[in-house]
Amino acid sequence: MDLNDTPELAEYRAQVRAWLEEHKREAPVARGDDEASVAARRAWQKRLAEGGLAAVTWPAEYGGSGLGPLQQVVVNQEIGRAGVPGIFDIIGVGMLGPTLIAHGSEEQKQRFLGPMLTADEVWCQLFSEPAAGSDVAGVQTRAKRQDDGSWRLSGQKVWTTNAQHAAFGLLLARTNADVPKHKGLTMFVVPMDAEGVSVRPLRQISGEAHFNEVFLDDVLLESGSEVGPVDGGWAVALTTLMFERVAIGLGGEGFGWRADRFANALLADDACTRDAETRHRFGSIATDFLALRFTGYRMLTSLQRGEIPGAEGALAKVTTIRAAIAAGDLICDVLGPEGLSDERFGELVSDMPGLKSAGGTEEILRNMVGERVLALPPEPRLDKGIPFSELRAREREAVA
Amino acid sequence: MNFALSDEQEFLKEAARGTLSRVDTVAAARAALDGAQLPDLWPAAMEAGWPGLLVSDDHGGAGLGALEAMLVFEELGRVLASVPLLGHLPATFLLDRGGPEDVAAALAAGEQRAAIVPAQPPSDVEAAWTIEPVAGLARPVAPCWDGAVVGTAQWVPDAPGADWLVVVLDDGRAALVAAAEASVVPATVYDVTRPLGHVAFDRAAGTLLETAPGDAATAWYIAQALIGAESVGAIAVALEVSVAYAKERHTFGRPIGSYQAVKHELVEILRGLDNARSLMYYAGWAAQDKPDEFALAASAFRHAAGKALDHAARAQISVHGGIGATWEHDAPLYFRRAQLARRLLGGTAGAADRVAGELLTRAREQEAIAAR
Repeated sequence: MDLNDTPELAEYRAQVRAWLEEHKREAPVARGDDEASVAARRAWQKRLAEGGLAAVTWPAEYGGSGLGPLQQVVVNQEIGRAGVPGIFDIIGVGMLGPTLIAHGSEEQKQRFLGPMLTADEVWCQLFSEPAAGSDVAGVQTRAKRQDDGSWRLSGQKVWTTNAQHAAFGLLLARTNADVPKHKGLTMFVVPMDAEGVSVRPLRQISGEAHFNEVFLDDVLLESGSEVGPVDGGWAVALTTLMFERVAIGLGGEGFGWRADRFANALLADDACTRDAETRHRFGSIATDFLALRFTGYRMLTSLQRGEIPGAEGALAKVTTIRAAIAAGDLICDVLGPEGLSDERFGELVSDMPGLKSAGGTEEILRNMVGERVLALPPEPRLDKGIPFSELRAREREAVA
Repeated sequence: MNFALSDEQEFLKEAARGTLSRVDTVAAARAALDGAQLPDLWPAAMEAGWPGLLVSDDHGGAGLGALEAMLVFEELGRVLASVPLLGHLPATFLLDRGGPEDVAAALAAGEQRAAIVPAQPPSDVEAAWTIEPVAGLARPVAPCWDGAVVGTAQWVPDAPGADWLVVVLDDGRAALVAAAEASVVPATVYDVTRPLGHVAFDRAAGTLLETAPGDAATAWYIAQALIGAESVGAIAVALEVSVAYAKERHTFGRPIGSYQAVKHELVEILRGLDNARSLMYYAGWAAQDKPDEFALAASAFRHAAGKALDHAARAQISVHGGIGATWEHDAPLYFRRAQLARRLLGGTAGAADRVAGELLTRAREQEAIAAR
């Protein structure tokens, strides 16, 4: 058991640190969602990409550094240490780019990966729908093939981060409703400026709009917009979701959800640091955050050995959300009513109920872990082997 | 970077499991509740080299670290094996660092047994070295040195039958006392696999150990880590047994493990186990590479493992339905283990308080540096 850098990794860390030291004054201070801040953050991603720090694990032929998860962690740590923002398009570079690399055509990779990496083109993920969340294979957005091989797309997507900034979206649509639902899906690249695409911000509890709704009204997609085989979109989606789980499982500290940060907040009130109940609550929360940090090291060790991350990563997400909810509650209990309007902790309180469902609800994650890790039997399902087009009628029958 | 067990560490665990498989320790634990004698596992422990795990090579020990000791405890915890190492190992850690070499060597070989009379180190809110109260919440101050050891200590693990007592004193030093010089009254309760004693020192003759500052605190946190490791083993078994039952027991025409209410409860055991295991590795790594963080790591581990065992022991009974609460089933034995463990050596809750104290102290130090 050794958390020290090997000589090679130490040398890599020194290079990364030197680059950041030299360039950190170019980094933007603002981290907001307004246009000027976003432009500055995109420009900074471009600088990071030029320095080889944006897509550490992508293959070199697509502009990445061709390195492993450990080097990615070194970059994350050094970016944190330098006090500068990381890349802007985490969803594109972290999840959608790797999906294109795994399933896209060579032409798609050549066309899209370069500008994605430099944030000249931002991407968004168009999977979830109002009626397809946990059961994302139930998407209803339809893509119909035309005689010339082009597609017509209609439907509605939701919970779309960065849709308002995006040049492209990776979209899961139904291409065949006459087969069971997982078998009639296809993944597409959708230009967000195409006619018929409209984006509406979705405000949440805090009043901020971190997500959007995206409406698709008879959008024309040219032939060759498919990623992976027609009707083979579910496998492509699973790749994206696997990268998402790794990102979330390893990502809590990136949001600043760390035991030491919450300790600092408690110091503001001397009495609370001696209060037995506050100490017990904080000790429990801190224990969870420490567990997450070292679970992350265990996951990294597996990744480094070439093992595919298992469903256990989903448990890290459950722990992250629970600990962050408890931390927001604790700090605001100490700060009193005023805490709820605090930029950091008030917003944490407001954001967490929604985040509990993001990237898989706690319930669906527990099902997944129970079935895949503990090998417990699944619940009986009403949709197995039933053509998608007949599902609604079956659901109505079951209720009646 | 590598945050997994080495081949040697995996082998140590396997060997421990092999050693312990020779006796049905769980059945023995049940019989002991009805008055039977527990099997003497000390000869097997000697053969495996466990008594000398934390003693350096120079003194005839294995010279291994806290992580290896935890791995053995994980295996002991799986089968509720009663081997008096919770008192012995922290005691040998102190003796190895500042005690007579011949005693350290006899303890490393297992020819004699020691028990630490532990004291909880001071914190940001408690200036004294404190010990377990007889009852209630107020923690008394540890025994003192006045040319001899004076004081009492309650609920001391493995004190009955020990040849030597290593007493942590109210000033953070430690003294070696022959057990014959002290009064040891057996106080084993509820979990008969865990011998306990009340100890009194009426000017008991002894020698001060030449330990370094910080050693007595490390001994306390080693004991915390060992209780945690034992809990990890017990949680793993509770999970395995419960999952197996949930697959075979049917209600309303399907296995109970297919119902989300049951499935999610079992996943919650796994979540607790997984978090505790990560912190166990953290504690093992800190003991070796980051001694400044060992207090934090061992306390976080003890807290996580204790809380998770508490939940797992109850969940195991619930998943089994009524049968899980019967004398014939193993679940109540794990429940007894969980119930006593959470109240020993400062308790599971005390460990959470210690995590808070360690982190608040660090934050204050950072604040002071920033203010300068």
